[in-house]
Amino acid sequence: MSELIRLTAAELGAAIASGETSAVEAAQAYLDRIDAVDGEVNAFLHVATEGALEQARAVDARRAAGEDLGPLAGVPVAHKDVFSTKDMPTTAASRILEGWQPPYDATVTARLRDAGLVILGKTNMDEFAMGSSTENSAYGPTRNPWDLDRVPGGSSGGSSAAVAAFEAPLATGTDTGGSIRQPAAVCGLVGAKPTYGGSSRYGLIAFASSLDTPGPFARNVLDAALLHEAFSGHDPRDSTSVDAPVPRVVEAAKRADIAGMRVGIVRELSGEGYQAGVLERFHEAVELLESLGAKVVEVSCPSFATALPAYYLIAPSECSSNLARFDAMRYGLRVGDDGTRGAEEVMSLTRAEGFGPEVKRRIILGTYALSSGYYDAYYGSAQQVRTLIKRDYDAAFEQVDVLVSPTTPTTAFPIGERADDPMAMYLADLCTIPTNLAGNAALSVPCGLAAEDGLPVGLQVMAPALADDRTYLVGAAVEAALKDRWGGDLLSRSAFAV
Amino acid sequence: MAYDEVLRGYEPVLGLETHVELGTRSKMFCSCATAFGAEPNTQVCPVCLALPGSLPVVNGVAVESAIRLGLALNCSVASWCRFARKNYFYPDMPKNYQISQYDEPLCFDGHLDITVDTPDGPREFRIEIERVHMEEDTGKTAHMGGATGRIHGAEYSIVDYNRAGIPLLEIVTRPIENTGDLAPLVARAYVSELRELVRSLGISDVRMEEGSMRCDVNVSLMPRGATEWGTRSETKNVNSLRSVERAVRHEIERQGGVLSAGGRVVQETRHFQENTGGTVSGRSKEEAQDYRYFPDPDLVPVAPAAEWVEELRAALPELPAARRRRIKAEWNLSDEELRDLVNADAIGLVAETVEAGAPPADARKWWLNELSRRATEAGTELSALAITPAQVARVAALVAEGALTNKLARQVVEGVLAGEGDPDAVVEARGLKVVNDDSALGAAVDQAIADNADAAEKVRGGKVAAAGALVGAVMKATRGQADAGRARQLILERLGVQG
Ligand SMILES: [Zn+2]
Repeated sequence: MSELIRLTAAELGAAIASGETSAVEAAQAYLDRIDAVDGEVNAFLHVATEGALEQARAVDARRAAGEDLGPLAGVPVAHKDVFSTKDMPTTAASRILEGWQPPYDATVTARLRDAGLVILGKTNMDEFAMGSSTENSAYGPTRNPWDLDRVPGGSSGGSSAAVAAFEAPLATGTDTGGSIRQPAAVCGLVGAKPTYGGSSRYGLIAFASSLDTPGPFARNVLDAALLHEAFSGHDPRDSTSVDAPVPRVVEAAKRADIAGMRVGIVRELSGEGYQAGVLERFHEAVELLESLGAKVVEVSCPSFATALPAYYLIAPSECSSNLARFDAMRYGLRVGDDGTRGAEEVMSLTRAEGFGPEVKRRIILGTYALSSGYYDAYYGSAQQVRTLIKRDYDAAFEQVDVLVSPTTPTTAFPIGERADDPMAMYLADLCTIPTNLAGNAALSVPCGLAAEDGLPVGLQVMAPALADDRTYLVGAAVEAALKDRWGGDLLSRSAFAV
Repeated sequence: MAYDEVLRGYEPVLGLETHVELGTRSKMFCSCATAFGAEPNTQVCPVCLALPGSLPVVNGVAVESAIRLGLALNCSVASWCRFARKNYFYPDMPKNYQISQYDEPLCFDGHLDITVDTPDGPREFRIEIERVHMEEDTGKTAHMGGATGRIHGAEYSIVDYNRAGIPLLEIVTRPIENTGDLAPLVARAYVSELRELVRSLGISDVRMEEGSMRCDVNVSLMPRGATEWGTRSETKNVNSLRSVERAVRHEIERQGGVLSAGGRVVQETRHFQENTGGTVSGRSKEEAQDYRYFPDPDLVPVAPAAEWVEELRAALPELPAARRRRIKAEWNLSDEELRDLVNADAIGLVAETVEAGAPPADARKWWLNELSRRATEAGTELSALAITPAQVARVAALVAEGALTNKLARQVVEGVLAGEGDPDAVVEARGLKVVNDDSALGAAVDQAIADNADAAEKVRGGKVAAAGALVGAVMKATRGQADAGRARQLILERLGVQG
C-alpha cells in the first residue's frame, strides 16, 4: 500500500498505463489509507468506497480495450464537497444540504471522470466555502496532518489535509479569496488558483460568483499542472468561462527554467503582522529565485491595502443572493412544515436551523451592503477598489513577469484560536485576496518550515490572467531547487509521511 | 364618484408596464422547452429549478427579440448593458431572485403613436416609451383546499416551475398626461397597438387570456391646473384590452371619490376584479421591499454590435401603422371600415387571410361578422379562435368556387372551430359539399369564347398559351370569383384541345 501511495500522481498514472499496477489497486491502496487515518484527520465527508472501485474497474476495462487514456487515468482524486456529483452526496458541508444528491455532475466532476480520474469521495470544507480553517463545517473540523491540533486551512481544508495525509494524491478545491492557496501553504502542498473563468463554475455550489475558481491540490507542481489541465477549459454552460486555450501549465512545470525572468516582490504583502519564520522562508525563497537566474525587483501595489475590506463587501453581497435559493422548497432541509405554517415561515425556520453562524454573518453583511441607500457606499465602492487593484496589477506586470509574496501571514494556527474572532480569521487571506479580486492566476508552492513551529510555509507566485503557466514555471523551479537542498520532499518530514 | 364629474376637477396621469412572454423555443437562461400547457414540472432542469451550482446562459434569440421590439418602438439600443438580480423571497421563484435589468435596460427612449376614436373624429397620441428590458418569468402557484383558490384559507399550495425562466420583455411607458376623459381609451389603444406591434414582429403570440401579455396599470389624479402629480395606484396583471380600459376608468372614479371626500390616495398595488370591473387593495407600497438590485455576476454584459442592430433594423417587417395605411389604400376602405377592423383587432387576421388567397372583401366579411360573433359567444378574442387565416381563406375559396353556399360555409367554420380539422376535412366528414355545377362558369366561358374569337382561334390552332386571355375574360366577368384552373379546363375542353 505505502509503495503506491508514495508515488506522485504522474508516476502512478504511468505505472497504471504500463500495467505495472492497476486503477483498482491504486484505488484500494488509497481507500485503505483513508480507512487507516481519516478517523484522526476527518478530511472526508463521504468516502465512495464502492463507487471508487467501480470507476477504477471501468478505467482498467477501458485501458484493456485499448482506449488511449490521459496521463491521470486511474489516478484517485479527492473531490471538494462543493462540486455536484450525481452519484455522491453534495452538501457544501452545510446542514441545509445534508444528504442532498444532485441529479447532475458539475463540469469539473464530469471532466475528472472523462480523464479517467477515480473520485475517492467528497472532502470537508468550511460551510459554503466561507472560512479559512474548515472549522465552519457543519460536520466537524478537519485536522492538519502536520499537527492534529491545528487547522488545515480553508475553505478547502478537507482537500489539503487529504493530500497531505496521503489519503489522495490529488484533490480539487475552490479558491474565492485564497481557499486553495492558503490550505495548500499551511499543509505543505502545491495549490493553484487558475485565472477566473479558466475552470468552469457550472455545478460548483456558488459562494461568490465573481470570485469562485476551481483549482488543483497536489504534492508537487507537475501533478498540480496535470490536474489543472484535466479539468480546465471553456465551458458553454458557464457564461463567465473564458473561451481561450488552457495555458500550457504541464509544459511549464516540466521546463522549470526561470533564467532571465523578472520577479516582483509586492512591498505591501510582507512586514508587520507577518510571522517571523514565514518571512525568513520567504526571503530565502526570493534569494533562491535570484540564484536561479531571475531578476528580482520590489514593486508597490498600494491598493492591496484595501483588498480585504473590499472582498468582505463583495463576497458577502454575492453570497447573500446566491444562498437565497436554499429555502426548503425544492431540496435540502425543511424545518417546521407541520401543516400549520406558511411557506415563508418554513423558509425562515429552515434557514435559521440549516445555516451555521459564519454563513449567517455573511448573509446579513451582504444583505446590508446591497440595501438601497447603502449600495453605493458599500458594494459600489468595493467594485471601484477592485478596479484599482486590477490597475495596480496591470502596472506591476508591465515591469515584471510574476509577483511573489508569502501565501499566508502565519503558519497553521491552532484549532479554536480564531473561531470567535472573525477579523483574525479573515486576515489569513490577506495575501491571496488581491488575485481573486483581479481575476488573475496564482499558485502556492512549499518553501520550507517556519523555525518557531516547524510548520510549512508557502510561497505565492502571481501572474496575469491567462498566464497561469508562469506560476507553474516559477513554482517548479523553486520546488526542484529546494528538493536538492532538502534532499527530498518537504512532506517527508510530516508526521503522516509514508 | 361619477366619471365625468371627476374629470371636471382632475386630470388623470397614466403609466403602463406591460410584460410580454416571448415565443422563443427555449427559456431565457436554459434550454428547457416553453410550450404552454405541458404537464406541471416537466419543462424544468437544474438551471430553472435553481439547483445548487447551476448557472444561467443568455438565450440569444430573446436578446434579438428585445432589440427588434425596441427598434420597432423607436428606442435607442444600449451598446452595453447588464442583467441585474432583483432579490426577494417568493415560493414560485426558484432562485429567490429574478434575473432582470435595472438601471441599464437594453432599449430606452422610444415612442409609439396611437389613434383613439372620439365623437369628433380620430385623435392621435404619442406614448413615450421609457424602456424595454429583458427578464425571466416565475413559476405558478396554485392554492389548494380552500374555497376561493386563494392563499387565504387554503390547506396547501403547489408550484409548477414550467413557466419559471420563460423570457419576458417589460415595456414601460413614461407618464402619459393630457388625455382627459379619453384616458381609459388611450390606455386600451396603447396596449392594443403594442400587441399588434409585438405580433407583427412574430416574437410572441401575445395572448392576454393565456397570460403571455399582462399589463400593470398605474393611475393617478391631479387637480386641474396643478403641476404636481398625485399619488398613484398600480393595478397588477390586467389581462384583456377591455379590462385595461375598465381598470383605468374604475381607478379614476375611485380615486376621484377618495380625493373629493377629502381623503388621501394610498400608494399601493391593487388587483383587478374581472367580474365587477373594480379593483381591490393588495399590498401597500409603503411597506415595499428593497430588492437589493446588483449586476448578476453569473452573466456577462450584453453588448450588441452596432452593425447587428442595424441589420435587425433593416430586416424589421412592415409595422402595423404602415400596414394599416397601406391596407386602407389597397382595399379602398373608408375610415369607418378601417376603424371596425382595428376595433375588432382583426386587421392582421384579415391581412393574413388575404395573403392566403381570399379577396379582401370576403376576408373582412368572415372575420367581422361570423367569426366576431363566435368570439363574442365564446367570450374570447378573435385571435384566440381555433381557426387560422389560411383556413378562413379556404372556406372563402370553397364558397367562391360554388362548392359551398354561405350557409354551408358557416357549418364548415363551426366544424373547424370544434376541432374537426381543416375545412376540406370538415366538408368531407360532414358531407357538406354541394353538387358542383359548372353551368354558371360554363356560361361565362361560352361568353368569353364568343367575345374573343381571335384568341379562341389561336387556341384551336394549338397555341394553348393564348387561353390566358380567355381565362382573364372569364375572371373579369365573374369578378374574380371563378376558379381560374377550372375555367381554363373548361375553355380547353370546349375548344377541343388537351390541356
Ligand atoms: Zn430549465
